[in-house]
Amino acid sequence: MSATWTVDGVREALASKKVSARELASDFYKRIDERNAELNAYLTLSEDRAYAQADRMDALVAAGKPLPSLAGVPIAIKDVISTRGVRTTCGSKILEHYVPPFDATAVERLQAAGAVILGKTNCDEFAMGSSNENSAYGAVRNPEATDRVPGGSSGGSAAAVAAGLAVASLGTDTGGSIRQPGSFCGIPAMMGSYGRVSRYGLIAFASSLDRIGPFATTARDLAAIMGLIAGRDANDSTSTTAPVPDYRALLDKPVKGLRIGIPKEYFAEGMDGDVRKKIEAGIELLKKLGCELREIHMAHTDYAIATYYIIATAEASSNLARYDGVRYGLRVDDDSLLAMYRKTRGAGFGAEVKRRIVLGTYVLSAGYYDAYYLKGQKVRALIAQDFRDAFSKVDVIVTPTSPIPPFKLGEKTNDPLQMYLADIYTVTGSLAGVPGISVPCGKIGGKLPVGLQIFGPAFGEATVLQLAHAFEQAGGASV
Amino acid sequence: MERVAELAYLDLSEAELEMYRTQIDEILEYISKLNELDTTGVQPMAQVLADEQTADATLRDDVAVRCDVAAEILKQAPDPEPPYFRVPKVIER
Repeated sequence: MSATWTVDGVREALASKKVSARELASDFYKRIDERNAELNAYLTLSEDRAYAQADRMDALVAAGKPLPSLAGVPIAIKDVISTRGVRTTCGSKILEHYVPPFDATAVERLQAAGAVILGKTNCDEFAMGSSNENSAYGAVRNPEATDRVPGGSSGGSAAAVAAGLAVASLGTDTGGSIRQPGSFCGIPAMMGSYGRVSRYGLIAFASSLDRIGPFATTARDLAAIMGLIAGRDANDSTSTTAPVPDYRALLDKPVKGLRIGIPKEYFAEGMDGDVRKKIEAGIELLKKLGCELREIHMAHTDYAIATYYIIATAEASSNLARYDGVRYGLRVDDDSLLAMYRKTRGAGFGAEVKRRIVLGTYVLSAGYYDAYYLKGQKVRALIAQDFRDAFSKVDVIVTPTSPIPPFKLGEKTNDPLQMYLADIYTVTGSLAGVPGISVPCGKIGGKLPVGLQIFGPAFGEATVLQLAHAFEQAGGASV
Repeated sequence: MERVAELAYLDLSEAELEMYRTQIDEILEYISKLNELDTTGVQPMAQVLADEQTADATLRDDVAVRCDVAAEILKQAPDPEPPYFRVPKVIER
């Protein structure tokens, strides 16, 4: 069987009866069986659900009925996204045995389109981390270099696709958690505009930043999945009614003459020299494609990390108040209710989650609210304005996805602030609410993947996908 | 630090308190760089989407929909007594 499947490849193989959906699912489970002990990308497999769906697709083939767009496509779901009847832990001990009674809207839409959900992928606890080392169930290894991290927080979703253990996957991005692991594992990865994809069923970390989006092996597959999961959902009041363009149909639109902004601030000190060389080669390729490059300024870039870690932790401290040992998850008993809360939360959360709850509680507490949280919200407005100003002059913005290549497991775990600082290029777009993609942009020494990030204006997903596709077709992955 | 842990209902060990004290200090010091910026007159960004993007999206029709998941949800509880969640004594005599 083909080593690298795509969405269209699977549908065609099914329709021409070269393979059945059941055989395909079984083949993927075999691969998972072979690789997962080493990679730790999957936390839970959902065989019953997967085979039931595969059989439904095979019945459609047998009856000669039309196949839905993701018919039989094996997909992995990050473990912070609710899946009916399939354990969803958020990478946390506090939800070790939690089984959601409903599907997230994004999952429901993939299921309705015929996708076969293979299982749930490992991630940093409650999506808090940049290396996947904060999972209560162990770190994930980068399939491209197994002594290194896959990035985070959606490390399992990225590693699963990169290792061929799923055709595509869903991750979530709050400050870079889709784009950075996409970059580290050498695959395309996309975050849509805030409001583009419903968050219903996404277990909340920071509600004004969290977004669900896809990993795949091609920009075309990203477009296919984004087109399905995007769009208004009555269960998420922040999902917009803005129409969803046919991203796949628009994919081949020429990029010649596209105005690309290169923000000077993203190429300042702090970027690894090898990453810089690859990104510069990527930008050369964009020039060859006929894009028009312009240097731009985004004056508040340097303040993005500080702003992000105020807003994200403040929202997290509030969202994670729900884990109290009463309605679901772990409970550590005590005769007093308040002591039960404290013990449950103290025992159930890992070190990074507690660190962020403490920080978030502090920045929201009486006497500090104005100095930290309110100040953060004001600087967030300035960062969003930087993006709006830029998009009045250019069509897209191109930057590195991460200042550093995938690092070694354990290399950065002792210094949380250094880990936070590595999110510098991704958190800006998170704060501004704009869409972003990371596309493979060569490998350092032929081994360590580098990602090129493309930002578009709010609801400019189609343009971002076009450029990602053109870059990929022009050989961007091997610059 | 102890006060914050209390506000967040988090039991932290002495070792954790010590570690977080140092790390949070370092992070707060880093965050204080925001004070370099004059934000007088800047409206805080309290939501991401502009009004015109949400105006028709925020309210759905007020129609009751049965969801029938109470039994399933109660099964997840650490100490259920259907149709209730049971908790330790709240009011001491």
